[in-house]
Amino acid sequence: MLTFLIRRLFTAIPTLVLISLIIFLLLDLAPGDPLADQPLSIPPDVRQKMRDALGLDSPAYIRYLLWAKQFFWVEPLVFVDWVTGTGFSEGMQRIVSWQFRAPVFDIIIQRLPQTLWVVGLAYLVGVLIALPIGIISAYRQYSWFDQVGTFVSMIGFSVPPFFSGVLMIVFFAIMLPWFPSIYDTTLVVNDFESFGQQIRQMTLPVMVLALQTTAQLSRFMRASMLDNLNHDYVRTARAKGMTEKVVLLVHVLRNSMIPVVTVIALGIPSIFGGAIITEQIFKVNGLGQLLITAIYANDLPMVQTLAFIFAVLIVLCNLIADMLYGLLDPRIRYD
Amino acid sequence: MTDAPIAVAVPADTSGRSQWWDVWDQFKTHKGALFGAAVFLFIVLAVTLGPLLWTIEPTFIDIRARNSGPMWAHPFGTDQLGRDILARMMAGGQVSIAVGLTAMLISVLLGTLIGVVAGFFRKLDGALMGLTDLFLALPLLPLLLVMVMLFRETLARSFGPEMGTFILIVSAIGVTSWMQTARIVRGEVLALKEREFVLAARSIGTPSRRMILRHILPNVLSPIMVSATLGIATAIITESALSFLGLGFPPDFPTWGRLLFDAVDYLQQYPERVFWPGLAISLTVLSVNYIGDGLRDALDPRIRGR
Amino acid sequence: MKLKTLLMGAVAAMAIAPVAHAERGTDGDVKIIYWQAPSILNPYLSGGTKDIEASSLVVEPLARFNEKGELVPYLVDEIPTVENGGVSADLTSITWKLKEGILWSDGTPVTSADVKFTADYCMAPDGGCAQSAKFDNVESIETPDERTIIVKFDSPKPVPYAAFVGGQSPVIQAAQFKDCLGAKAQECTAANFGPIGTGPFVVTDFKPNDVITMEANENYRDPAKPAFATLTFKGGGDAASAGRAVMETGEFDYAWNLQLAPEVIAQMAEGGKGTPISGFGTLVERIEMNMTDPSADLPEGERATAKHPHPILSDLRVRKALSMAIDRTLLVEIGYGQAGRPTCNLVPAPEMFASPNTDCIAQDVEGAKALLDEAGWMVGANGVREKDGKKFKLLYQTSTNAVRQDFQALIKQWWSDIGVETELKNIDGSVFFGGDPASPDTFQKFYADVEMYANNFDGTDPEQYLGQYTCEKAPRPETQWQGENVNRYCDPAYDELVAELGKTGEISKRAEIAKKLNEMITKESMTIVPLVDRGRVSAHSNSLGGVVLNTWDSELWNVADWYRIK
Repeated sequence: MLTFLIRRLFTAIPTLVLISLIIFLLLDLAPGDPLADQPLSIPPDVRQKMRDALGLDSPAYIRYLLWAKQFFWVEPLVFVDWVTGTGFSEGMQRIVSWQFRAPVFDIIIQRLPQTLWVVGLAYLVGVLIALPIGIISAYRQYSWFDQVGTFVSMIGFSVPPFFSGVLMIVFFAIMLPWFPSIYDTTLVVNDFESFGQQIRQMTLPVMVLALQTTAQLSRFMRASMLDNLNHDYVRTARAKGMTEKVVLLVHVLRNSMIPVVTVIALGIPSIFGGAIITEQIFKVNGLGQLLITAIYANDLPMVQTLAFIFAVLIVLCNLIADMLYGLLDPRIRYD
Repeated sequence: MTDAPIAVAVPADTSGRSQWWDVWDQFKTHKGALFGAAVFLFIVLAVTLGPLLWTIEPTFIDIRARNSGPMWAHPFGTDQLGRDILARMMAGGQVSIAVGLTAMLISVLLGTLIGVVAGFFRKLDGALMGLTDLFLALPLLPLLLVMVMLFRETLARSFGPEMGTFILIVSAIGVTSWMQTARIVRGEVLALKEREFVLAARSIGTPSRRMILRHILPNVLSPIMVSATLGIATAIITESALSFLGLGFPPDFPTWGRLLFDAVDYLQQYPERVFWPGLAISLTVLSVNYIGDGLRDALDPRIRGR
Repeated sequence: MKLKTLLMGAVAAMAIAPVAHAERGTDGDVKIIYWQAPSILNPYLSGGTKDIEASSLVVEPLARFNEKGELVPYLVDEIPTVENGGVSADLTSITWKLKEGILWSDGTPVTSADVKFTADYCMAPDGGCAQSAKFDNVESIETPDERTIIVKFDSPKPVPYAAFVGGQSPVIQAAQFKDCLGAKAQECTAANFGPIGTGPFVVTDFKPNDVITMEANENYRDPAKPAFATLTFKGGGDAASAGRAVMETGEFDYAWNLQLAPEVIAQMAEGGKGTPISGFGTLVERIEMNMTDPSADLPEGERATAKHPHPILSDLRVRKALSMAIDRTLLVEIGYGQAGRPTCNLVPAPEMFASPNTDCIAQDVEGAKALLDEAGWMVGANGVREKDGKKFKLLYQTSTNAVRQDFQALIKQWWSDIGVETELKNIDGSVFFGGDPASPDTFQKFYADVEMYANNFDGTDPEQYLGQYTCEKAPRPETQWQGENVNRYCDPAYDELVAELGKTGEISKRAEIAKKLNEMITKESMTIVPLVDRGRVSAHSNSLGGVVLNTWDSELWNVADWYRIK
């Protein structure tokens, strides 16, 4: 299996390079202009000069190669320097955002904490709630628990966050002033009180996001459990006198996990992608907001870098999912 | 069970007919599924036949009647320009349901096809999963912008502006949302094809096509059903996002997603405005979900036998 | 008894309030929210309103416009004019004199060299300076002593108040930016994120597109100001949530530019924690008529160019009729409420430049129909007018924005009342205003019959603004579809008058010419159909005092005077 892993990692590299090229071409082709948010009172000749200053006049392949060099060579060097205190990257041009004229990676790192706190935690909460709900719903199919679960999760999935987020604010920030409606990214958690504040400001966005994850995942869990509950091996296991708990949580669950693992693995990269709408509503200003503002501002270096990191995570997570298939069902072979 | 007399009545093709009758019989016994089917039918009839009875134009502006609550002339009230919300809900429903179902079908068909092929044929697995990873990684908005830029005018010219936009939207949503289904189906197929019954079928020389259709597909149906149900909700909401960005229907063209989006600003003053589209979307998704549940049970021979 | 004491105390507190806050840094933290987040604090690298206004807390120009559009001195003692000898009689130079004893926030003195450096910085080639139009015609800058700056122009400049005036053109510190000239400007991240300034606040932390924290400037020229010790400037989200945070939950003190339906704002104000305020500037929402044929049947390169006049809109009577069918008062009521007024002018302010033209305010549907009949457009099948077998059908595009889509729906209905069929189209703002020559959906390319957006001008002089409608400024394939004259309006008489405006120094004469130009392009030719003079609505919390909404300069222009009402 280790050889398989190594081989897959190596074949992933050309895939990723190809993906980065396609992302670049797509962004280059997409209509838009990095000066779109500049006021109309700036005359066209000045705009042209601003465009030139961003390096937009050089041909596409040169811009791609420059980005690739910066991403694969300069930025790792900067990281090495940062860790070891050396000076290899001195004087090298890093990937610079057109909106901020600042290194893209500095800003991504700035945005990571709130993204992980809110989107990451919401995902974790969603998964932890969804699995038991899915299991119980399947085991007690058509019980009141299952019916309520189905109802709530389908409504939860049909209601988009642009509505549920505002609804939460109206209820829990305006009518009942329990939680803040705006996330404070400058809050430093260093004592019990600030920790409480952090929990309070995370509650609403985490709730909105977790609802979506829970709804989706519990449906897949339930469906997959139902499929397996009727198999012969379950009957055999019961006949052999195993307790229901063992039958359910060891045998059935393990065999039902393949689609669930797939969905969970697909969701992990999107933690990094952030939650665009929810972040906007609660002003969490994480990576989702960074990506969407960069897209609107046509900040190509930023979009390209974020999209590529996202691609790397997708490839990695799907690879991990593939490995897990083998653990869950040893009959799936790698060769 | 009632299948015996029917099988006798139609002896010519017992294999095909009676199986589907079986499915239908099983489906009928599923209360949730029947209820879901009834609700869905009701919604479809309401949005298609409703406008024949309720003849106010959904885009007609009666400025004096703006922001009115429910009353006889406007049972659902009016919006900020005095347009009748009932008429808009019905017109919007036609579009939303059509877009939701079509986009979902495209996405599920594409996802299933790629998932099954990748899972079943080892040689194609790498390439197809690479493609899936690529589509997952592409930033959605620029991709949509490019699609609109390249295809809008061509489609509008060959199919007329409205049909052209419809095709563009459903294919845009379909093409950007099949990946999850594909990954799930592939995962299931990878496990399935090592199961005894598949190995047995293979050992007697069943051709691949038959194997996929008879043995693999029926067994991956339930995650596909879930994907399909969730896909409708996603497609209805995504459509509103596309139109909002100007990539979809004209701005005065109502759809449920758009009605919901526009009403959010007025959440505190006129909560009923978010209620109707929210309810319609949720009910549609719920009813499709129950239909899916019923279908899944009905198609599962193990349950059907019980 | 107790209540009485309390009341007395409150009265006393009110009475001494102006004294109580007359000390720097005693009022704690003030929280500002902008729903567009600042991405940089250097207005020379980004002209976005959000960036200019955020940086105006830190860096200041020599003079600013106040809420009435009058110039007020900031870093200088007085505004130079011809009368006081500050502007030379031939209008080719202006002499500014810095106030004595002004310090940068790092404690070093501000000198004329800093001012000169600012000009060098913006005029450096390859710098991509967003404000370089402010330095047009500047020939040289002389600094005879530490406090005097003489700006020389290469030709007479009737209005010399562009460079170093207003939020767009503040003075930056030479010492901080000396290595950031030209192409290097893009690399000076630390300076661009935390400029050293003379303003009431200094940056302590800048998180681009998210939040800025600031503290009071120890070296600010008025020792009693600012009243607040720290300032939090949060960005992002949408106008509705920003309004809510100030007026309903009270989490923030000031919310900028609440572009929301009037009833939504009214509802928020009922929250009781804050108050909406509004002011008018020069922003006009208008419909632009395409004078060229945007038909997709024309070959690319000829489509929407002067080669093919518009088949319907080239007729003045048609354009007039389209304007007459619109009820501007109702548009204002629905879209802007107290923050808008109907207008027929492209230049609605300042008063002396605004034409007294109000002909268009009254809706006249019958008159419009008669005009169309006269023009030969007769009502045909389905009530849509036709002429020579051609249907009267227009494509009406604008950017995505809730109010604009409501306007589109209303105007579509009015036009259908006079027999005009309208197809609506909305385009995402980043594409519509993006100017990408490859995209068919930009407002410059104008592949539609009519389009709607809003525009304004910096400062109080409309010369450059009116100069946008000369023949040569039409976007066309040869200019990569760049240019401000999106209508492709072309009238030699207009071009001549614009040239004359550029040579005229006398202010009343200028006003006369500007009015004439405005009328030529609006009521006489109906190339531009102004709809609404759009004000700005912002909101401040009820505990924030000293706010004066200014639409001529940065909204945060007088933040030094803000205080907490106790």
